[in-house]
Amino acid sequence: MKSNPKAMLAAVALLLAGTLPSPGLAMDQYDAPETVTIDAMAKLYKPVEFSHVRHAKLAPCKDCHHHTTGHQDMDPNCVRCHAHSPEASIVSCKDCHTQKQFYPEQVTAAGNPNLYHIDKPGLKGAYHLNCVPCHVKKNAPSHCEGCHALTDAGKQFFHIGEQAQGEAAKAKDSHAR
Amino acid sequence: MNRPIDRRGFLRGGLVASAAATLSLTKKSEAATFEGYPNAMGVLVDLSRCVGCRSCEAACNKEQNLPAPEKPFNDFSVFDEMHHGQKRRTDETRYTIVNRYDIPGREHPLFRKIQCNHCMEPACLTSCFVNAYTKTPEGAVVYDPSVCVGCRTCMIACPFYIPTFRYSSAFNPRIMKCVFCYDTRLTKGLPPACVEACPQEALTFGRRADLIEMGKQRIRENPGAYVDHLYGEHEAGGTAWMYLSPAPFEQAGFDTSVPKEPILNYVKDFLSIVPMVLTIWPALFAGFHLLATRKDKLEQHKNNEGEV
Repeated sequence: MKSNPKAMLAAVALLLAGTLPSPGLAMDQYDAPETVTIDAMAKLYKPVEFSHVRHAKLAPCKDCHHHTTGHQDMDPNCVRCHAHSPEASIVSCKDCHTQKQFYPEQVTAAGNPNLYHIDKPGLKGAYHLNCVPCHVKKNAPSHCEGCHALTDAGKQFFHIGEQAQGEAAKAKDSHAR
Repeated sequence: MNRPIDRRGFLRGGLVASAAATLSLTKKSEAATFEGYPNAMGVLVDLSRCVGCRSCEAACNKEQNLPAPEKPFNDFSVFDEMHHGQKRRTDETRYTIVNRYDIPGREHPLFRKIQCNHCMEPACLTSCFVNAYTKTPEGAVVYDPSVCVGCRTCMIACPFYIPTFRYSSAFNPRIMKCVFCYDTRLTKGLPPACVEACPQEALTFGRRADLIEMGKQRIRENPGAYVDHLYGEHEAGGTAWMYLSPAPFEQAGFDTSVPKEPILNYVKDFLSIVPMVLTIWPALFAGFHLLATRKDKLEQHKNNEGEV
């Protein structure tokens, strides 16, 4: 059997092009970290160990990252401007969605007539507005503690356990009598 | 010296009084065209986003140092509570509550947060005869307990049934209602505690004028997702807190019969007559009386002189 060296070379080149990431092409899930610890706002709830790998298998990148990973967003409203937007230098949620929301900076920005994204959710809003509807749809946990457990500060905030203590105290009193 | 009022003096007095009344009337009509403070803040409540987690209730309780709740804030059985055939409402222990509305034909229930809507021209304020209420330039309707006499007229005046009375204390009359976190947050440019606590960003805080734009943008860009109405843009003459809903507002417990103009407009015509009645009428009728009895008095005077 005679092999054509030129054809072999072309085949190898094609194979390489298929496997190696090349600059200018869209990011894919393997470029991303396996897990992301979401702890930026952890105060009432404990940090979330978010399995990026698991979620990347369930949904296309653009469902969460909009146009920033180089995949075209299908939302007609976003496509108006971002139909041909390349991969962005930042893809992390917190780099666009601010931790502090509705503070004077954001309130002033909302009045800027040159700014289109006047209704961009903050970080906490972005997570919940994106995660919850999908969790509800796919029957994944959708109650608060299904994703993040309450901290002690959180329990105090929601007044959890106080009633039980109060009742116990009452029961003690009635025993005494 | 006892000189009876003459015709000229009486007319002069009447003229001055009616001029004063007219002046005070012109002042009133200026107030009627008040269109709200230009940089007043507000909150846009998006019912399609609320999941009924009650974080806003917990945040309000903490921020306003209200008494501990009967049930913890993560107890969702409160949504089934009925009091006198009605769902939960705000009271002296809670300035805000969330209620659930099961709407036939909808897969998921709607949740609606209730608190003071902070009207542009509040009925509570206009009804209060000791001026205990103030509408601040920041948009909040705040209340001063130090001057309140506990008449509770504001509770009747409010079209949203928001001011509640602290019945637990008989000698310190006090109305309990949401104050938009005025002292602790609004004056510092910060969002109210409930807004900051909301995980779903169902509550959007901003300049009222920007929020109206934002609300209309959401309706426009999500066809079919909302009823084409911003509750509070015009209700009761406009409120600082406004609502977007995916279902007809009356199905989510809103009173859609609230007039689209300030409640004040319904009583203004009557109320503007009150000062006139109180100031001119006594002078006018006293004058009539004096004129009518002048001859009698003169005659009596003559008789008296004759006797002497």
